[in-house]
Amino acid sequence: MKYLFKNTIIIDPANLIEEPVDVLIVDGRIEKIRQSLSASKNDQEIDLRGNIIAPGFIDMHVHLREPGFEYKETIESGSMAAAAGGFTTVCCMPNTNPVIDDDSMVRWIIEKGKSVNQGIVDIYPIATITKSRQGKELSPMMELADAGAVAFSDDGSSVDNAEVLRRAMEYSAMINKPIIQHAEEPNLAKGGVMNEGFVSTSLGMPPIPSISETVVLARDLLIANYTKGKYHAAHISTRISVELIRDAKKRGTSASCEVTPHHFTLTDEAVRSFDTNTKMNPPLRAYDDLISLKEGLRDGIIDVIATDHAPHSFDEKQVEYLFAPFGIVGLETAIGLAITELVQTGYLSLNQLVEKLSVNPRKILNLPQVTIREGEKANLTILNPELRWIVEIEKFKSRSVNTPFNGRKLIGRAIGIFNNGQLLLND
Amino acid sequence: MALQNRHLLGLEGVSKEEIKLILDTATTFREVLERPIKKVPTLQGKTIVNLFFESSTRTRISFELAERRLSADVVNFSADMSSLKKGETLKDTARNIEAMKIDMVVMRHASPGAALFLSRVIDSVIINAGDGGHEHPTQALLDLYSIQEKHKRIDGLKICIVGDISHSRVALSNIYGLKTMGAEVAVCGPATLIPSEIEKHGIGIFNKIDDAIAWADVLNVLRIQLERQDRSYFPSLREYRKYFAVTKERIERAEKQITIMHPGPINRDVELSADVADGKHSIILQQVLNGVAVRMAVLYLLGTRS
Repeated sequence: MKYLFKNTIIIDPANLIEEPVDVLIVDGRIEKIRQSLSASKNDQEIDLRGNIIAPGFIDMHVHLREPGFEYKETIESGSMAAAAGGFTTVCCMPNTNPVIDDDSMVRWIIEKGKSVNQGIVDIYPIATITKSRQGKELSPMMELADAGAVAFSDDGSSVDNAEVLRRAMEYSAMINKPIIQHAEEPNLAKGGVMNEGFVSTSLGMPPIPSISETVVLARDLLIANYTKGKYHAAHISTRISVELIRDAKKRGTSASCEVTPHHFTLTDEAVRSFDTNTKMNPPLRAYDDLISLKEGLRDGIIDVIATDHAPHSFDEKQVEYLFAPFGIVGLETAIGLAITELVQTGYLSLNQLVEKLSVNPRKILNLPQVTIREGEKANLTILNPELRWIVEIEKFKSRSVNTPFNGRKLIGRAIGIFNNGQLLLND
Repeated sequence: MALQNRHLLGLEGVSKEEIKLILDTATTFREVLERPIKKVPTLQGKTIVNLFFESSTRTRISFELAERRLSADVVNFSADMSSLKKGETLKDTARNIEAMKIDMVVMRHASPGAALFLSRVIDSVIINAGDGGHEHPTQALLDLYSIQEKHKRIDGLKICIVGDISHSRVALSNIYGLKTMGAEVAVCGPATLIPSEIEKHGIGIFNKIDDAIAWADVLNVLRIQLERQDRSYFPSLREYRKYFAVTKERIERAEKQITIMHPGPINRDVELSADVADGKHSIILQQVLNGVAVRMAVLYLLGTRS
C-alpha cells in the first residue's frame, strides 16, 4: 500500500525542513520526501495543506486498566483513544489487577497490544518496581526487561522506603531502565483530596500539601545522584519540584521529569466547582506552580509532557468529592491543551513541543528515536496546530469520559496517525 | 423579597439582604415558640426528609422540631458513613427516596460539597445541615441571630472563633456570614488547627487565648474533637486546656463584657470551663432555642418559595 501526503510541513527536531513537501510512504516506510511528488494510480493521496507531520508522539504515562478494570478502559479502547489523540505509542502503568510484576504479564500486554486495532498503536508496558507494588521487595527487573518492560514504576504509590528505592535505582541502572517515581509522602498526604491553600481552606477540603511531593522528590534526587541510577519523576506539580529538578540536573544527576496537561492548564480554583473531575493526584496546584511548570517546560527543565490518562467510570465519579477516585482521562485532549496553553502563549515552539512529546520520552526510555527521513519506518503524528475545536466527551474513543475539559475551546488537534503500515484519520 | 437560591447550601455568596430576611423571619418564629401551642400550619402537606449520614443529635432534633412546628410531614433517615461507602451510592439513595414524592431534604454528610452534589442529582429543595469541613449554614445563621439578639447589631462587632478551625464547618460558615454582615472576625487556636491561608478571608489570627479575649466582643468556642489527637494536632488535652481553654479567670482578668457562644456539644473543662459555660456571659442555651426559630425561618422561606 502506498500513501502520498501532499503539502505537509515536517516538524522533526532531527531533520528540519522549512518548506511544505510531499511524503511518499510505501509499505510502511518513508520512500521519498520531495516537493511536487505525483501520485501513481494506486497511491492513496491525502492533501495535508495546513497540517504538520511529526515523529509519532508517545505518552509515557497511561493507565490502560486491563487486566482487572475493563469497565474503565481496555487495551483496545485505550489504544483507540491514543490514536485519536495523536499518539502512536503509549506506555501503560502496572497498577492493574493483577499488577504487572512478572514477565508473563509483560508479554501478555505486548501481545494484546499488537492484536487490537491492527496494532496501529505500540503499547509498551511499564512493570512494577516492587512485588505487588508493596514497596518492599524488588520485582524481577531483568526478567521483566527481557520480556519487554521499558521502565519500572509503582505509580499510584510512592516507593516510600529509601533503601528499597536505592536498591531499585542501583539494580535497574545495570539494564539502563528508568525508575519512574510517583513522589508522595504518604503521611503528609493522608486523607487529602486537593491542594492545600486558600481554596482548600475555603471549601473545607482535607488538603494535600505541596511538601508531600517535594520532600520525597528531594530525597529521591539525592538517592539518584548517589547511586548514578536513572530517575524519572512522574507528574510533577509544584514550583519547588521544578527547582529541585533544575538543581539536580546542574549537579549532574541522571534525572528527568514529566508534567501533565491538566497541571499546566488548571489550578486548584477549578475545585470550587466541586466537579469530581478536578480530583487527581497530585492535585491541581496554585497559580504560581502552574506558571513555574510552563517555565520549566520552556527552559528545558521539564523533559516530557505525559497525560497520566486515568480512566474511571461515570458512576465512580458521580459521588461525593471525598469518595471520588483520583484521576482524569488525558489522551484525547493532550495535544489541544499543549498547543493552546504552551504554543499559542509562546512558551514552546512546535519544534520544542515535538521534543517533549516524541524525542525526550524515547530518550528517557532508551527507545529508538523516530525520525522522518527517507528509508525510515513511518511513525507519524499528523496534526493541525491552528484548528479550533471544542472538546466533546460524546466523541471520545476512550471507554471513560472523566475530564474537566468537556466543552472547552482548544486550538490544535491531532488529525490522525500513521504507524506500523497503517493510516488512521480522525473524523 | 425572597431568597435567590432555591437551596441553602452554604453562606458563601449569600447576600446581606438575604441573611437579614432569614433573621427577621426567625424573629416571628421565635415569637411562635413562646406560645402555649407552638405550631403553625405553614408547611402542611410538605414532606421533608432528614438525611443524616453522620451522627448528630442536636442538629437533627432542632431540624425535626422546626419541621414539625411548621406542620410538615417528616421522615428521618440515618446511616453511618461506612454503610454508605460500601452499599448504595448517595445518588441512588437520594433518588430512591425522591421517587416516593418528597419536597425537601435536610442533609448532614462527611464530604465537603455533598449538599451541592445532591442538588445536582435530585430535584428536591436541599438544606445543608453540615457537609464535612465545608459549611453548616443554619448553625452560622443561628449564631448571627443570637449575636444580634444580645448586642442588637452585628456590624462592627469583633467576633473571635476559638478552637479547631481546620476541621470546622461552623467556623467557615460563620466567617462567610459574619463578614457579609460587617463584623470583624478573627480565629484563635493552635497553629496546627488553623488552616492554610485563612487570613486571605480578611480575618485575624491569634495563637494566644488572652489576646483573643482582650480583642473580642464575642467568643464562639468550638468543640475540640478528641479523635483528632491521633494526627498530632496538639500534644494533649491537658496542654490544650492550659493554653487555649476559655476559663473564668481569663475572662475576669480581661475585665470586660464578653459574650460566650458554643455550637455544642461542649467538652466541659476542655475548651470551655464549666463555670463559663453556665455563667452570666454565656448565651449557649439561647443559641439552642434560636436554632429552632432560624431553621423554621429557612424551611419556611425555601418551602414556600415559588
